[in-house]
Amino acid sequence: MLELTPLETEALGLSLRVALWSVAVSLPFGLAVAWLLARYDFFGKTVLNVVVHLPLVLPPVVVGYMLLILFGRQGALGAWLYASFGVSLAFTWEGAALAAAVMAFPLMVRAMRLSIETVDRKLETAARTLGASRANVFVTITLPLIMPGILAGAVLAFARSLGEFGATITFVSNIPQETRTLPLALYSLIQSPSGEAGALRLVVLSVLLSLAALGASEAIARRLRARISD
Amino acid sequence: MLELDVTCQLGTFALEARFSCETAGITAIFGRSGAGKTSLVNTLAGLLQPARGRILLRGQTLFDSQRGINLPPEKRRLGYVFQEGRLFPHLSVRRNLTYGYKRAPAAERPVGLDQVVALLGIEDLLERRPGALSGGEKQRVALGRALLANPRLLLMDEPLAALDQPRKEEILPFIEQLKDQLDLPIVYVSHSMQEIVRLADTLVLMSNGRIEAVGPLEEVTSRLDLRPLTGRYEAGAVLTTTVAGQDRTFGLTELRFAGGRLRVPHLGLPLGQQLRVRIRARDVSIALAPPENISILNIIPCVIKAIGEEKSPQIDLQLDAGGAAIWSRITARSRTALGLRPGLQVYALIKSVAIDRQSLGRRDGAERFLAEDD
Repeated sequence: MLELTPLETEALGLSLRVALWSVAVSLPFGLAVAWLLARYDFFGKTVLNVVVHLPLVLPPVVVGYMLLILFGRQGALGAWLYASFGVSLAFTWEGAALAAAVMAFPLMVRAMRLSIETVDRKLETAARTLGASRANVFVTITLPLIMPGILAGAVLAFARSLGEFGATITFVSNIPQETRTLPLALYSLIQSPSGEAGALRLVVLSVLLSLAALGASEAIARRLRARISD
Repeated sequence: MLELDVTCQLGTFALEARFSCETAGITAIFGRSGAGKTSLVNTLAGLLQPARGRILLRGQTLFDSQRGINLPPEKRRLGYVFQEGRLFPHLSVRRNLTYGYKRAPAAERPVGLDQVVALLGIEDLLERRPGALSGGEKQRVALGRALLANPRLLLMDEPLAALDQPRKEEILPFIEQLKDQLDLPIVYVSHSMQEIVRLADTLVLMSNGRIEAVGPLEEVTSRLDLRPLTGRYEAGAVLTTTVAGQDRTFGLTELRFAGGRLRVPHLGLPLGQQLRVRIRARDVSIALAPPENISILNIIPCVIKAIGEEKSPQIDLQLDAGGAAIWSRITARSRTALGLRPGLQVYALIKSVAIDRQSLGRRDGAERFLAEDD
């Protein structure tokens, strides 16, 4: 009863892999965009802000379809990627990671931007007067201070990636052992007449996974915050 | 030697400052709030880039708009103690203290952790977080952190302004000791004459983004034309005196200065100790002849040097007492009644009890007399 079926193991493993890669790859971009939005005023800032937030308000199917147009074999970026590196994203688990990353990006950026905005910049100037270069100030002062925000952003993005459905199924379809993550496997089971018991098990598994992620993030965030504030 | 000539436009406020002074002892920058003191210090530190001009410190160019030189703050090696401490909340006190030390060239850091910790009395705080410190402790740690960066010049921007009087008394002696123990020139920004009299050797007077006067403290504070800037309530002159005797029966200390002697409430200081005394204009009365049967102990013969032109019921007199300047504030009515005019011989009457401990500043390496006096 407590043992996972091969199908469940496969879906769980795939979900974790997709979510981890999606967070790992989007993290530096998320931090850079959050930094830009928090610290600089530039021409087109509003446009960037809107574009980043689009996946939050667009139907996921629309995002998935746009990805398909851009990154499909015949798409503008997809054709170039395939010709130059032999990489194809459509209908692969890497494509699923991309779809999850795009959908989770606004959540990640928002959390990071908030934490960057709360950093007292006077601390950074103080560090400069003590002999630290800009880069050194970032590593020794700013980064430790925004670490809870980075972590919160990463966990939110991870949880969102685990649950990604609409954009994924549109962009990379529902292929066993390649793109069938937990939500997609759940969807398949619901579609089949005898799948209800299996669906229930996947629901429980999803809930446990999300709770574990949130619990871990809370514990780490609490320790980081204690380090900063006391 | 510090030479500074900068122009800065900050919104509607223009900073146009030009002065040069010796970088020895404590140079105070004094002015009302909004006079541009902090902006001036920030151009020195490299935190604010002037539109044009140049800044030279001991022969090194820190900024020169014509030659396109603008050293970043971390290359200037100037320590900066901010009004609000600015300790790094995620580092322990020890790691805050060594932050600048680790980044200073190894060959140029004669001042070490143990020395600073002992000087500031912060041994017990080392493993704590800044969040667990009181306001006075935070400022001591901030001061130590700046010192440990082994700067060539220490900038202090109203380091005591956020503290109450007892906390100020806690920090002031440490700043006094720096001059003697570390031979570190200090630029000290303040809008408090009390602090400046106690600490400064040189005074830079600022108003509306401009430098109005630069010179030795005694000289600048005794100039009648600068009176509107040094402040009505604060008005007064600074005298350099020497401890000349102790009257144990009545608990008085006798101070000698160029114009005679002053008796003040007892000070636990050795004979010969130099001491700076600030005498407020409102505490000085005028008599045409030495009065008799009067409680006032300090009766100083002087000559009226100048009379301030103020269209108000009160006027300021500048008196010359054997070369030392004293000010007196009297009513215009008294001036007319006594027929006061420049060149007239008069007697300045100063109440002993008007000279309180906040009017006193230390000169040279003396013991902390305030502590002994308690």
